[in-house]
Formats: sequence, C-alpha cells, structure tokens
Amino acid sequence: MLELIADNGILAAIVALLVLAASFGALLGFAGERFKVEGDPVVEKIDALLPQTQCGQCGYPGCRPYAEAISQGDEINKCPPGGETTIAALADLLGREVKPLDGEAQDVPKVAYIREDECIGCTKCIQACPVDAILGAARHMHTVIESECTGCDLCVDPCPVDCIDMLPRERSLDEWYWPLPDGPGHRPATVTPSLIATDRAPAVGQEAGHG
Amino acid sequence: MSLMHASAEPARLPTSTGRVMAWLLLATLPGIATLAWYFGWGVLTNVLAATAFAVALEALVLKLRGRSPTATLSDNSALVTGVLLGVSLPPGSSWWLILVGVVAAIVIAKQLFGGLGHNPFNPAMVGYALLLVAFPLPMTQWAAPHGLFGPEATTLPDALRLLAGLTDPLALDGMSGATPLDAFKHKPEAVMASEFWASSPLPEGTMNAWHSVSLAWLVGGALLLYKRLIGWHIPVAMLGAMAVIAALLYGVDPSHYGSPLFHLLGGAAIFGAFFIATDPVSAATSRKGKLYYGAGVGVLVMLIRTTGAYPDAVAFAVLLMNFAVPFIDYYTQPRTYGHHAPTRGIKVKRLEDETEEPR
Amino acid sequence: MAKAFDFPGGIHPPQRKTLSTRTPLIQAALPTRVVLPMDQHIGTPAEPCVEVGQRVRTGERVALAQGLISADVHASITGTVTAIEERPVPHPSQGKRLCVVIEREPDGDDEWCLMPPLDWRQADDDTLLERLMHSGVVGLGGAGFPSQIKARVRELHAIDTLLVNAAECEPYITADDLTLRTYADDVLEGARLFARLCRAERILIGIEDNKPEAIDTLKQAIDNVVTRDTQSEPPFELKVIATRYPSGGEKQLIKRLLNREVPSHGLPADVGVLCHNPGTLRAALRAVRDGEPLISRIVTLTGEALDHPGNVEARLGTSMHELLTAAGLKEHELARLVMGGPMMGMALDSTALPLVKKSNCLIAATERELPAPPPEQPCIRCGACEQVCPASLLPQQLYWFSKSREHDKAELFNLFDCIECGACNYVCPSHIPLVQYYQAAKGEIRERRHEAHKAEHARHRFEFRQARLAREAAEKEAKRQARAQAASRVATRTAQPSREAAQGEDAAAAKEQVKQLRIAQAAAKAALRKAEKALARASEAGEADQDDLDDLELQVATAQENLRATEARLAAAQQAEQQGETRR
Repeated sequence: MLELIADNGILAAIVALLVLAASFGALLGFAGERFKVEGDPVVEKIDALLPQTQCGQCGYPGCRPYAEAISQGDEINKCPPGGETTIAALADLLGREVKPLDGEAQDVPKVAYIREDECIGCTKCIQACPVDAILGAARHMHTVIESECTGCDLCVDPCPVDCIDMLPRERSLDEWYWPLPDGPGHRPATVTPSLIATDRAPAVGQEAGHG
Repeated sequence: MSLMHASAEPARLPTSTGRVMAWLLLATLPGIATLAWYFGWGVLTNVLAATAFAVALEALVLKLRGRSPTATLSDNSALVTGVLLGVSLPPGSSWWLILVGVVAAIVIAKQLFGGLGHNPFNPAMVGYALLLVAFPLPMTQWAAPHGLFGPEATTLPDALRLLAGLTDPLALDGMSGATPLDAFKHKPEAVMASEFWASSPLPEGTMNAWHSVSLAWLVGGALLLYKRLIGWHIPVAMLGAMAVIAALLYGVDPSHYGSPLFHLLGGAAIFGAFFIATDPVSAATSRKGKLYYGAGVGVLVMLIRTTGAYPDAVAFAVLLMNFAVPFIDYYTQPRTYGHHAPTRGIKVKRLEDETEEPR
Repeated sequence: MAKAFDFPGGIHPPQRKTLSTRTPLIQAALPTRVVLPMDQHIGTPAEPCVEVGQRVRTGERVALAQGLISADVHASITGTVTAIEERPVPHPSQGKRLCVVIEREPDGDDEWCLMPPLDWRQADDDTLLERLMHSGVVGLGGAGFPSQIKARVRELHAIDTLLVNAAECEPYITADDLTLRTYADDVLEGARLFARLCRAERILIGIEDNKPEAIDTLKQAIDNVVTRDTQSEPPFELKVIATRYPSGGEKQLIKRLLNREVPSHGLPADVGVLCHNPGTLRAALRAVRDGEPLISRIVTLTGEALDHPGNVEARLGTSMHELLTAAGLKEHELARLVMGGPMMGMALDSTALPLVKKSNCLIAATERELPAPPPEQPCIRCGACEQVCPASLLPQQLYWFSKSREHDKAELFNLFDCIECGACNYVCPSHIPLVQYYQAAKGEIRERRHEAHKAEHARHRFEFRQARLAREAAEKEAKRQARAQAASRVATRTAQPSREAAQGEDAAAAKEQVKQLRIAQAAAKAALRKAEKALARASEAGEADQDDLDDLELQVATAQENLRATEARLAAAQQAEQQGETRR
C-alpha cells in the first residue's frame, strides 16, 4: 500500500492534500470552539458608532434596535443624524459598501425649542421624548433641557399647537477650534487689523498716558 | 501658529524650498565640473539634456494634473532630479536614453505618486535603475578620461552627435572605457588583485580621475553640511558602514577584495552618500532612523558590489532602503517629552481595547 | 548658574525686546469705558452679578466664578454698568462673548472698594485661598489658569519647589522683565506666599540671560529679603539660563532647571513643582496684602507701528485702541495686531477689543516686521522641524496624519504632547502652518470625543427611560393581575373545581416563571451593586467631573428601575403561584 502510494505521484499528492485538509479542518474546528466569543459584540460595536439620538428615523425604536437590525443584515444607510460619516464608519466596521443616505441629511446639529407662551401643557411632547429632555407637568408650560436634547425632532409632530421649533444648536467659543489649513499652494489664513471708526474718536484722558 | 518665520531673518539656513534646492544645485557644481574635466563634454550634454527634459516633463504633468506649473517649478526640485540623473549616466548618452530615464524619474516616480514630498522612492535613482536594467549595454559604457580638450578627447560636436544618437558610442574609441568597479568586478577569479591592477586594465588615469571626482563630490557635500541642508547622520552612517565592511573583507582576503579606499573613492559612494541617500523626501525621518537608513544603504552597497551582479550599487541600495523607510520610521520614534519610553510600531488602539480600560 | 540639563531642539528667533525696554513702566490713563469679558481665564465663564444701570466702584465684583475652574471678574473703574451683552473679545476666531460694560463720567473719580488687608504670615490657609478665589487672580503669563486652584495643589500632590517662570522666551514680550525691574520685592514676597500655601521647600527663579537688568535687580532684592529674614523661610535660588526659545515653556523650564520631566498628560505638580509667572505672584500678593482684586495688569505695547513702545500698567477692559493710540500708533503702518508673542500669540482683526487678564503683550507690527506668510508649499521631509521640536516629537509625521485626518495615528505619535510652541512652523522651509494643522487635529479629536461622550450619555438616558417605562408597565400588569385574580377567586368559589390537570400545568409554568424571575432579580441586583460601586469609586477619586458623576448616577437609577420592574413582576408571579397552590 505505502509502496503503491510512494510510486504513484498523483496518488501521493492526493493523499497528502487529504491529510492536510483533514488536519487543518480539525485545527479550525478546535479553534472555533476554543476561542468562541460569547454574546454578539458586533451589536455593541455598531451601537457605539450610531449617534444615539434615539430618533427612530431608521424605523426602529431607538439606536440599539437598529444596531441589532444591522447585524441581522439591514441596510446601513438609514441614519440621517449620523450622516455620511456614520455610514462610512459602519461600512468600515462591517466590510460593506458605502451607500448614499436614505433620507434627508441633517446638515447642522439641532435642538428643540418650545415657544413657552404658546404651550398648553398637554405633556404629549414629554411622552415622545426618548431621552427625558423635556420638563413640565400637565397644564403647565414645558421646556427643553438644551444640553440633553439630541435633536431627534420626535416631539415636533405630537405637539397639538405646533409650538416646538428645531433650531440649530449654538456653538460656543469654547467649542471653536482652528480649521485645517487649505494645504499646499494656499496662503495660511491671516487677519489684518481694521480700525473701527468709532474708536478713532480721541478718547478722553489718553494724552495723560504719555507721562 | 507662529507669526514669525525664519525666512524673514538673516540666517545660515536657507528658508524656502526653492532656495534649499538652489543651494543643492550649487553644491553639485564642483562634482560636475570635475567629471566634465576628466570625462569630456558628454557629462555636460547629459546634465543639460536631463534638466531640460525634467523641467519640461514636470511642467507637462503639472498641466495635466491641473496645477499651476510656475508655482511648483519654482521649488527647483525638477532641476535637482534632472542634474542628479544626468551626472549618473555614462557621459555622452543618447537623448532617448536620457528621456526614458527622466520619464521614469519625473513622471512615474515623482508625479504619479503625488509630486514633491510624496514620492516614496528617490526619483533620479528610479530612472537610473530602470535604465540600468533595461539598457545594460549603453549604461555600462563609461568614457575614458580623455579630458575636455586633450588630443584624444571627444570634441563638443562629437558629444552633440552622441546626444542626438547619430554616432554609435561603441564605435567611438574614447567611449569604450569602464568604471574601476566594473573592471574589478570582471577580474578573472584566478588573478590576484595586485596582479590585476599591475596589468593596467583601465585606460591611463582612470583611477586618478575617479578619485578626483569623488573628492569633488565631497567638497559639494561639505557645502551641504555647512549650510545644514543635510545632516551628518546619513553620509557618515553610509560611508562608515561601507568602510567597516570593506576593511573587514580586505583584512580577510586582500587578494580578492578591494581596499576600503577603493570602495569609498572608486565609484559613486561619495556622490550617493551626500546627494542621493540624503534626499529628505525618501529617507528616514528621525535622527536615529537616519543612522539606520544610512548604514543600511552602506551595507547593501557593499553586499551588491561584492556578491551581486552589478559593479556599483548605490541606486539599488538606496531604492531598497526607501522600501524600508516606513518600517524604520515606525521603530525609531524618539522618546517624546514626558513619556517613559518611545512608542514602537504602528498598532493603533482599537475600539475594544479602549472600552476595556478602567474608567 | 549651574545648568547641566537641557531640552532638545529650540530656536533662536530675533529678540526685538529692546524695542519696549528702553522706557520705564508707566501707568496707563484711566479709561472712560471698560469692557469686561466673562471668560478671561481657562474654564467656565463667570456669571454677571450686577445689573444694567447699577453703579459699581473699582474693585467691586461684577461676575461670579462658576463651577470648579473659573474666576471672578471685578470692576476696573468706578462708574455705571451700561450694558451686559455679547461683545467682540480677543479670540482666534474673532468671536463674541458676554461682557459687562462699565462707563465712567468723564470727570468721575476712581473710588475703590477694597477687601480688608491680610497678613499672609498670620492668616490660615483657608482664609488665603478664599481671598485668592475672591480676587479673580489668574495666571498672567498668557494661559489664564485660576491661581487659587493651583494653590490648592497641595491637597493632591506634594510640592517641593516653587518655580518662578521669568524666562519670558518669546520675542517682543517684556512685561515680566519690567515687572521684575520695578516690583522685584513684591514678586519675591508673592513667591513666599505661594511657597507657604503649597509648602514648597525652596523657591527657584528661572530667567533667561537676555534680561541683565532684571537679574541685577532680583539679586539685590533677594539679598535684601534674605538679610531681613527673621525666621526660617524657603531659600531663593536664581538660575540664569542661556536664551533659547521655548525655554519659558513650563515643561521645558522644569526640564532645564531641575532635570525633571512632567509626565505626558500630567501637571508640573506630578513632579513636585508649582510654576508661576512673576506678574501672577505680584497680583496674588496684592490681593492678599492690599485686598486689591485683579483689576489691572502690566502689558507690553510694542511693534514698529508704535512711536513710543513700552510697558504700561493698564486697567483690565481698557480698549486696545486707547492703549495703542497712547503709545503713538501709526495707523497707516499697522499691518498686524498680535496679542501675546509672535510665536504663540493670536492675530487680531480689530483694535476695538478689550485688554483681558491673558493679554501680556500687544504687538502692532508693520508689514515689513511680521510679513504675511507666503503660500504653503509641499513638505519635502527635510526634517528641520524634527530638529527644533522641544518635545522630541516627529512634527512631520504629525503633519501628514493631521492633514489626512488619521487621528488615531496622530495620537499614536503623541499629538497631545505638542505644546504648540511654533518652533517647527518657524523653521519650515515650505512655510507650512504646522501648528495650525495640529490645532485642527486636536480640535477634531476633542470634538469627536465630546460627541461620543454625549452620545453615550444620551444612550444612558434612553435606557433609563426604557427601564422606567418597563417598570411602570410591570407594575400596572401586576396590579391588573391582582385584580383579575381577585375576580377569579370570586368566580372559582361559585364554579365547580374542574380541569385539575390543566391547573397543575399552570402551576408548573408559574413555578418556572418565578424561578426565572428570581434569576432576573438577582442579576438586576448585581447590576445595581456594580453601578453603585462605579459611582462610589468615581466620587471618591474626586477626579471625575460633575457630568461624569451625573451619568453614573443615571446608570444607578436605570439599574434601580430595572430591579423594581423585575421585583414587581416577581411579586405578581409569586402571588399567582400561591393562588394556584391554595386553589389545589
């Protein structure tokens, strides 16, 4: 038997391949059992990439259900608040194609604002808010905790008197940072001082400063 | 952001890319002059043709890429590539040879990678290596040291005819020389080194000419060092590594290996150490990295010279080390202020690593 | 003079300091109007505590510090508050901030409202810290860090050295130089005050050798002070170092004088050093000794567009235009206005901005003096930046990574150890605004972290809401079941006991349910304990900020809701089970 195999080159090759296939298969099977990952960490990772506005624009009640749906094979382009960056990040994580956003992109981060003199205190918006960012009691006017609002606009539709506006979130000076320069071939941004006319009027007492 | 800039102050250090390159060109002049003095007009025709091609091609490609040629050409980097390639070619090369080399250098190695600053390989050496592999015959014919005006010298019209490709270089008596390294490489195995040199295998004055040329490049290199256009790290590491290996081999078997001096001055080592390997775009970044990079070039040069198929190896050694630059860079990061140890490697912290950290 | 240590890199830009050191320090004219921004310091902006129309006296508090890191703001003239509104402030974005505007009648006098003077040698630590807190003293070197927080450093770190940073390494600036020449005694006394507060054993003064007059004055002052000493006080040590930018960087100076390295992301206090600027020390001393809050500062007015450059002590909130005009501003020659030094300062677009606590220098430069940078060229990887970097970074790699937004790699190459000194910018032959690239990358990274943090917080709030709704639903369900059972009990009493088998199955299912709910309850309890532990740990460590603590509290609340929901369900199930048993 051994001699036959040794003499016959093709047979030897086939046997060798079979042995290799069997041993690697066993190795893979062992590794699969031994290093099995409990739970479904992919959902956690997807959830971490989603913007957590809990807006439900994807058709799921919140970000986590959508993350679960994505891991089950749903499209990755259903998150308008996340926009292109989230799609790109998800595509990168899951090795899928980047797709154009399904729906209208949100260009600027927004925040809900209740015109308080029009509010009738119906508490419908409070029930709609996914992050409990609206304060108020029945028949008292409501107000939005701006820092907690995710800008999901779920409170806009339930309002019977249309007193909720979505306004662009104000950026404070603390949030400002230098923009990336334009790159080679461009002059770095510079500012030239302008003298404002009102300041040109001689200030009282300035002459005394020369002492 | 600094609102002051060194360029506004008088300083030893040139302060704009264009001026850096201009000083580099100035530093090549002694070398070019000496080369021409020994090897004739062919050197000058090479350099002029190569620079003309380089500038024209760079302008053309920039136009195709939709960039402004004038702004980019003013950094003089195309000129430098042209000059470096021109002096590397055998004197009196034909226009087509030069053109192929320059296309490889400027179009492929430089602009296709994104232009100045983005090329992973030294453009001039890419052109040279391509020519050496593709056209070995014309690339290994080196002119005999007949000088510019001597009785046997190639005249200027002859050189122009060579450039135009009207004369076959092999037919010209003065063009059939070889470099000392080439001659030594093809020394028969049984012949001792001393016997070989005694048989005067090269046209008269060849060794002398190569030594002088090397010293002229050294002068240019000294200028670069003085102007702080290059650091000492790469040339010293490269020449040091070559000298050490050559000395070891020579010590072991002087009858078959060249002396350290022969290796340092007999070929393109000095030129390569100061003008090629120091090309900042394709060299390593940190000071320590530059030492490793230079030493690597030196080791590879000696390896190829003694065991490889090519007589000289600066181009290949530099290109091979260009490959290694990202690796060297990642592993030679200096220790940043406030850190216990330098960061090593490129492992980027992953998402899951971060979440596991204690809050 | 011993100097065995050094930091790598550094540059030697032209000094241009003599421009403003030829004349002695003068007092600026009293302004008729001051604009006091609420954020003259690092940290949370202060909140105005005055009303429009209110009359305030010099030194009266007009805004209260908010949160942990913040500082009060005081009226710098006597007059009437005419506006509390957003006004342009010195900021690289040329943006606006809430400001309190005070106007003085042209002939109104300067009436002071001082705090009672204190003898710091007699007063206890708490009194001194409170005084510093109420006097609005912040770092006057340019960073604007509230001083009382620095003084509290002893609570967390052991300090052995108080470092007086008089290096003043940036070109043009001479405010510290003139402060030392004029008020050396005050600075030394202020240093003693801080040394006492942080229990430093010695006071080290680091100064660059380009200030010979200040060095002489200091030496004399130290001799005088030391001979006057009656009891043992921390000794002074004057170290003169060779001029090189940026040796005035806190970390660089510590390395150069003490050969200690502040750890990455750490503070000088981590290596036992507290660093202060001479101007700050003087301001702190005045706040304690004279009861005078921070209402003025010494500022260098310099640049070739000025006829009489020099240093002035000016009230905070004075219009820069007024100060510059008084120094002989040649308006047609003014091409650039810079606050701070030319290396790290910011270019301003208008002279109609107020002087703030952070303004140590105003440079009115001509076109020739600080020309506009030429267009950026491609990086040729020449490595000049790497040779001058005082933090041993690879500026070039950082540039590539910042440019291509590869933030994780930029962080790997220690982007956040960059002190933004601008040395690389200064030498780059391709005129690349390197520091701006780093600032942009840092900003993007910080914003991204902030967004991630916010998203995480929103998720926790959402989870809390879900848990609350689930708990409410479970409680309702339990009540409904209880009612249904009560009703069925009445029904079973009348109906005949039938379907024994089916009831037995029900009982088994109920048992199973109770078992599962018990497990769920245990898990919910464990989750609650874990969340509580995390909260306790964070609040004990004392390093987490309020937002983090709130977030952890929210997680605890979520766990509680979950627990209550499972308990409600369990109670309902148990009741059902018992009922099943009693029925049998």
